[in-house]
Amino acid sequence: MLLELERVNRSYVGTAGTVRAVTDVSLQVDSGQFIAVCGPSGCGKSTLMLMAGGLLRPDSGEVRVCGQNPYHMSPDARALFRGQSIGFVFQQFHLVPYLSVIDNVLAPSLAVDLPDAHERALQLLKRFGMQHRLNHVPGELSSGERQRTALARALLNRPKLVLADEPTGNLDPDNAVAVLDFLQQYSDEGGAVLLVTHDAAAAGRAHHIVRMSEGRAEVQELLTSPA
Amino acid sequence: MNIWRLVFREIRHRRLNFFLGMLSVAIAVASVIAADVLLSGDRAATAEILNQKQETVEKAVAARQEAVNKAGAELQDIMRKTMRELGFNILILPEDQDLSELHLNGTLSKTMPEEYVAKLAATSIVTVNHLLPSVTKRIQWPEKDMEIILFGTRGEVPIMHSSEKKPLLDAVAPGTMVVGHQIHTRLGLKKGDRLTLLGREFTVATLHPERGSSDDVTVWIDLAQAQELLGLQNLIHAILALECECAGDRITQIRSEISRILPGTQIIERYSQALTRAEARGKAKVVAEKALEDEKAAGAITLKEEQEGRRAIEMRHEQFAAVLVPLAILAASLWVALLAFGNARQRTSEIGILRAIGLRAGQIQTAFLTRAACIGLFGAVCGALPGIAVGRMLSTSSIEGGQAAMQTGSFTVLVLVMVLAPLLSIVASWLPAMAVSRMDPALILQSE
Ligand SMILES: Nc1ncnc2c1ncn2[C@@H]1O[C@H](COP(=O)(O)OP(=O)(O)OP(=O)(O)O)[C@@H](O)[C@H]1O
Ligand SMILES: [Mg+2]
Repeated sequence: MLLELERVNRSYVGTAGTVRAVTDVSLQVDSGQFIAVCGPSGCGKSTLMLMAGGLLRPDSGEVRVCGQNPYHMSPDARALFRGQSIGFVFQQFHLVPYLSVIDNVLAPSLAVDLPDAHERALQLLKRFGMQHRLNHVPGELSSGERQRTALARALLNRPKLVLADEPTGNLDPDNAVAVLDFLQQYSDEGGAVLLVTHDAAAAGRAHHIVRMSEGRAEVQELLTSPA
Repeated sequence: MNIWRLVFREIRHRRLNFFLGMLSVAIAVASVIAADVLLSGDRAATAEILNQKQETVEKAVAARQEAVNKAGAELQDIMRKTMRELGFNILILPEDQDLSELHLNGTLSKTMPEEYVAKLAATSIVTVNHLLPSVTKRIQWPEKDMEIILFGTRGEVPIMHSSEKKPLLDAVAPGTMVVGHQIHTRLGLKKGDRLTLLGREFTVATLHPERGSSDDVTVWIDLAQAQELLGLQNLIHAILALECECAGDRITQIRSEISRILPGTQIIERYSQALTRAEARGKAKVVAEKALEDEKAAGAITLKEEQEGRRAIEMRHEQFAAVLVPLAILAASLWVALLAFGNARQRTSEIGILRAIGLRAGQIQTAFLTRAACIGLFGAVCGALPGIAVGRMLSTSSIEGGQAAMQTGSFTVLVLVMVLAPLLSIVASWLPAMAVSRMDPALILQSE
């Protein structure tokens, strides 16, 4: 199993009180699987994704990626592990503002040695229709262009697990289709993809859909069996 | 893609923060270098000024030394002349001659036999080299109606034991006269004029220049003629004995020798003009030597004062630098630290991203501290030249140009500054770098 979440819980303690963001969620994603997480805004999708990616320690429950619990590692080891095994597409893109598109995509190669990083970066950007914006900085890009840049960056290291938070949220239908095609192909080639989305069409591409509500995973719908 | 690229992109992106950091480092470095240039300018100027002063003093002392040497040489010369020409003079007079008359009137009234001269010359007196017998009387020159001193002299009586010598005083040839200044000016005489004195005819042989003594009212004629005119045949008033090899106090010896040979005589010593002159020269030498000593002392004082003055200026500058330099370094360090904190705060989100995609804390710190080192290094490079310029300006405003204006400060300080500025900047940025690299990426990402 590439990703296993076992009864994970997470609350946020803020000035206005405690919010239970994720409650007792269990989830499994195997290599070659494309799973979609759907649910209304504020139901805890992003929180779940951060916990799955080794970025947010759950209050309780177990997280395993490639059989290892990232929260048992030192911060540096966990960072390296993320760099090697997990590709993130954040809901807010989180591009480095002063790096050009190509440099943003290449940023993960700072952490992990990748001999063909440059070729792969160009290849990915071309695939997402970004070849004409290589030297632009994020401030000069549209939301959709930023989103595609963030996706290319997530895929540079050929991660075993891709965690994508609304990667098509800002895209026109053509571009959304291209991105979804790619994610589908990625899982077909053996990658594990966890896609957070509101978009029914996007969710329709997944093998499974996990519907969340108020922090809980309610239904697990089987759409298609993995290849 | 590498950390350097990340660092330089970030610097380019946040130029203002980088520039402000660099500026403060440049100011601190400039003040350090300016202080160094100022102080080394001080040292150079001090050396130059003291050298110049030393030279002036040495020149003045050398001039004084030359004066002393010259005075010494003149004195030696006059002493040599004195010894050669005159030595000291002894006047042999009859025992009963009242000396007051000689001193008051310049005349003598008591006589002694002329043969005394021959007697003295015939004896084995080796100490006295020249003997001049004379008669002298204050008379009324009837033909000219004026009072004069008539002086009869024979020139030198050779001393038997001594070898032949050129007479020290020219004898006045019979029939001629030598005339003192007062007389020949009053009478309007010139050489070769013929005159009558007490019924005798004389030719003017020599006109004496003014001597400021009774010599000015004296007429010299041949001894024998004088004796005849004054009715003093075979009598003389005095014998002038001239001793040439005078050394030490030999007057006592000479006195006893002469009184043994010529009983009934008295002997007085008369200083010659030459000796007086020698004394004056001796005094001149003493004055010159004193001036030399004074010059040396004054020179030493001048040098010491200049040295102290320079030291005071240097001290003032050192104190100024001792305050300014640490203050500038401290201020720059604080400012760099403050800017680093600001920069770290600005960068939390990108740090979160970089951490999320795999960068280790060490890499983040490296990126931060490389930037800090760049601030230090570029700041130092930019501050060096203005520092030298300001240092020179301060130098030349406190002293006129010269060596001070040429100083660039020590190379060691320059190198040290180039190394220390980046190091200090790194130290100042250390805390923010540590803090930001340790932050939890999730907290950063979620706070967006
Ligand atoms: N840092 C935080 N501190 C306090 N509460 C938080 C924090 N982050 C999220 N929450 C709360 O936790 C709940 C789940 O948030 P989350 O971001 O996971 O929702 P989401 O399903 O991703 O929503 P959306 O579809 O709008 O992105 C929300 O109610 C939110 O208000
Ligand atoms: Mg979300």
